[in-house]
Amino acid sequence: MKNLWQTALAALLLCAGLNPASGAEPIKIGSFLAVTGPASFLGDPELKTLQMYVEDLNAKGGVKGRKLELIHYDTGGNAKDAVSFVKRLIKNDNVDLIIGGTTTGDTLAVIPDVEKEGIPFISLAGAVDIIEPVKKWVFKTPHTDRMAVAKIYEDLRKRGLTKVAIITGDGGFDKSGREQLLKLAPQYGITIVADESYGNKDTDMTAQLTKIRATDAQAIINFGLGQAPAIVTKNIKQLGITLPLYQSHGVASKTFIDLAGDAAEGARLPAAALVVAEQLPDTDPQKPVLLAYKNKYEAKHGPVSTFGGHAYDGLMIAVAAIQQAGGTDKAKVRDEIEKTQGFIGTAGVFNTTPQDHMGLTVDAFKLVEIRNGSWKIVQ
Amino acid sequence: MRLAGFYTFAAVVALLPMLFPTNYFVTVVGASAGLHVILAVGLNLLMGYAGQISLGHAAFFGMGAYASAILTTRFGWPSLLALAAGLLVAGAIAWLLARPILRLRGHYLAMATLGFGIIVHVVMVQATRWTGGPDGLAGVPPLNLLGWAVEGDLQWYGVIMAAMLLAVWLSLNLVDSQFGRALRAVHGSEFAAQMMGIDIGRAKTQVFVVSALFAAFAGSLFAHQQAFVSPDSFNLIVSVELVTMVVLGGMASTFGAACGAIALTLLHQGLVVFEDYEMVIHGALLMAVMIFLPQGLFVGLSQGARRLWATVPRKP
Repeated sequence: MKNLWQTALAALLLCAGLNPASGAEPIKIGSFLAVTGPASFLGDPELKTLQMYVEDLNAKGGVKGRKLELIHYDTGGNAKDAVSFVKRLIKNDNVDLIIGGTTTGDTLAVIPDVEKEGIPFISLAGAVDIIEPVKKWVFKTPHTDRMAVAKIYEDLRKRGLTKVAIITGDGGFDKSGREQLLKLAPQYGITIVADESYGNKDTDMTAQLTKIRATDAQAIINFGLGQAPAIVTKNIKQLGITLPLYQSHGVASKTFIDLAGDAAEGARLPAAALVVAEQLPDTDPQKPVLLAYKNKYEAKHGPVSTFGGHAYDGLMIAVAAIQQAGGTDKAKVRDEIEKTQGFIGTAGVFNTTPQDHMGLTVDAFKLVEIRNGSWKIVQ
Repeated sequence: MRLAGFYTFAAVVALLPMLFPTNYFVTVVGASAGLHVILAVGLNLLMGYAGQISLGHAAFFGMGAYASAILTTRFGWPSLLALAAGLLVAGAIAWLLARPILRLRGHYLAMATLGFGIIVHVVMVQATRWTGGPDGLAGVPPLNLLGWAVEGDLQWYGVIMAAMLLAVWLSLNLVDSQFGRALRAVHGSEFAAQMMGIDIGRAKTQVFVVSALFAAFAGSLFAHQQAFVSPDSFNLIVSVELVTMVVLGGMASTFGAACGAIALTLLHQGLVVFEDYEMVIHGALLMAVMIFLPQGLFVGLSQGARRLWATVPRKP
């Protein structure tokens, strides 16, 4: 028995010694994403994107001569697991920085640990609460729900519509979106005449929509994720409601059009430029970046979604910061991320400042309309 | 001598951080295992000894956690006072529920406790104004023990382990008291217990309340240690996991429940590296334990060890 242990130990030491990376320490990138569970349509493309580009960067010789190593855990969209995985990434895996946090819930849950341990963290979740108030170590790449609401309200104003009905789900994304809808309405001179809600697992929303039909609303805004917005869209058509329909950026994927079918025709939503990359004018500086990402992703994994793009932006900002900082010193990398200027990503052009840990403006969103089962930029 | 097992356990718990002061699996996973031990030991009093199932135990865990989180963040209460309030709320609710619910048996009791757990979970999700809704409450201040703020993994390990040892010690003593004997009598046969002059309703109510108090206590510590609470931590799956811990370790044994809690916590952390296969391996291991060690991990193994010891030839 003793011999067995000695042999095992010797084998282990040998393996450790043979590890080719022992010369130059790899740069460890920690990640926790909701690859399974209800938010998997967000987390899955994010992970695929990270893996694809880490491989790609390594094939090109890594960053500053050091290979990248991606350490990933799947939270299943469970904030409790996110907290324990982040502790593990920081304390057990000793990662140099963290890119992840698919959902707002996951991200908000880990912020206390990230701030306490002092590690650069780029979140891939939406809500504005993540960066407001500014937290020293926390950054994010996706547009905020406030920007989405602002974009929708701008369009309403252009069309001269002032009375709207809103209908939202019971998830974190929905609730945070609803809050922004209510908060920004007065600034744009909009009155909310109906405020309905549904459960994200409900299969029929006609009751709420019938109530909305009874009001004098001039447009309907549905802020939600996953299947529910598709059902709302279908129900609206079934009830013969002809009011203009606005959706959130949470449905900016081909799946939504497939689920809602014909009913989605004419619906408008704010979306990242990625979904309409081909329609952008050639003068747009974002176009080559978008097409490169899109082609690379689609060659390997099928239809692209804006969510994977957020992971691309996060990884590239992090890599640029490490290059600028000349290493993985956590405080230096953090400072460099904060100094990101003019970085062209899939979500827009990032100009991060100490006051703004996202660095995008409302212009980063494009307002798109669904026409013939595809996206069309609204001019 | 009666508490020999307890002292050995305490010695191991105290020695581990001295040997591995920065090991993640000792200081972080160990602390979360400690909380699970408190929960499992409490639930074991109800399930293992009194023979009453609860599929809603995470609700009491959650009450303690949310009481601490809400009272400290929104009302600025001192953490010890909030902890006491959590215990009071969970204890009172358990006491009110015990009479009507524990009259039920078997499947009906399982259904009733299940329903209770779900109701509490729904409240946590929907009462957004107080609980923060599905996204939970962040920024719970550190536990303040009369001026000493608990911070850092090692300090937390110490606090949680002290609480855990207290829970184990309490459980060992309760089980060996008149109260414990009454519980076992109720488990054996309620009718016979009644004939012996045991007030069944009272015994059941008491054990339900004690068990809820253990859970709420663990909940308060959890809220401060994580600095964050969300409904996910207190859903039906957690309730089922707690039952699994008790059954896995071995029912009607305090160390069995503790062992089950530690084993399941480590298993979760250990299997994470298998990603997609985690759940498959997890399920297969649990099945294997139940098939080959039906009395539970701890009880089965210690019986086996005793039998093996008996076969060792001794010098005359």
